[in-house]
Amino acid sequence: MTPQSFVTVYKEWDIVGARQIAREMAKELGFNVVDQARIATAVSELARNIYLYAKEGQIHYEVVETMNKKGLCVRAVDTGPGIKDISLVMQDGYSTSGGLGAGLPGVKRLMDEFDIQTKVGEGTTITTTKWVRL
Amino acid sequence: MPIPILKLHNYLLISIQTEIDDQTAIEFQEDLLDKIHKTGASGVVIDLTSVDIIDSFIAKVLGDVVAMSDLMGAKVVLTGIQPAVAMTLIELGIHLQNILTALDLEQGLIKLHQELGV
Repeated sequence: MTPQSFVTVYKEWDIVGARQIAREMAKELGFNVVDQARIATAVSELARNIYLYAKEGQIHYEVVETMNKKGLCVRAVDTGPGIKDISLVMQDGYSTSGGLGAGLPGVKRLMDEFDIQTKVGEGTTITTTKWVRL
Repeated sequence: MPIPILKLHNYLLISIQTEIDDQTAIEFQEDLLDKIHKTGASGVVIDLTSVDIIDSFIAKVLGDVVAMSDLMGAKVVLTGIQPAVAMTLIELGIHLQNILTALDLEQGLIKLHQELGV
């Protein structure tokens, strides 16, 4: 696995593929089993959002390293409809797809860093990072 | 690939061993309800020991299938949820309330016995 790679998400099975890669990378980086599950679940949610709302997009994986820590940065990029009201989608229980509405706020809780950039009609980029606990 | 459903007396036993995608989950839901209907099973154990990820979609399908089975008159117990999966689910904000759970298959069967009073 190279330090940087991505998968394209446009069919349902890609959600499984995206989370399997996330788990593999997390394992290689030395994340414990619980953090591997957190990362894989977060990626599953992000990939499903792409599949449901944007139809197509990519999940990018990048190993990030600073002087004293390393981690996995996951970026979900799509050119879908964008999000009108970010505060609404960050509310627990909010869903337009009949899901549990656990998606984005859940991802934020599972990961250490979370950033969302979106523009209506242009797309959404969500960048989220988990650091290996030393 | 469909998830096998085994019949044992008046129970149905399912052990989910593969990575579940959305389609498999939905098909499983239909298969299980159909099997409950055909066999007249009164209890179901779904063992999740080998499942290392449950995201919000899979959780919804599982929660739904428990409620649907309940409507039909069959009790469902989820067993073997891994520690990492339990932690992830709660952090994700999914509480799966009103669902019977047990540590493993054996405890699950004991729980079913108690629930059904047999």
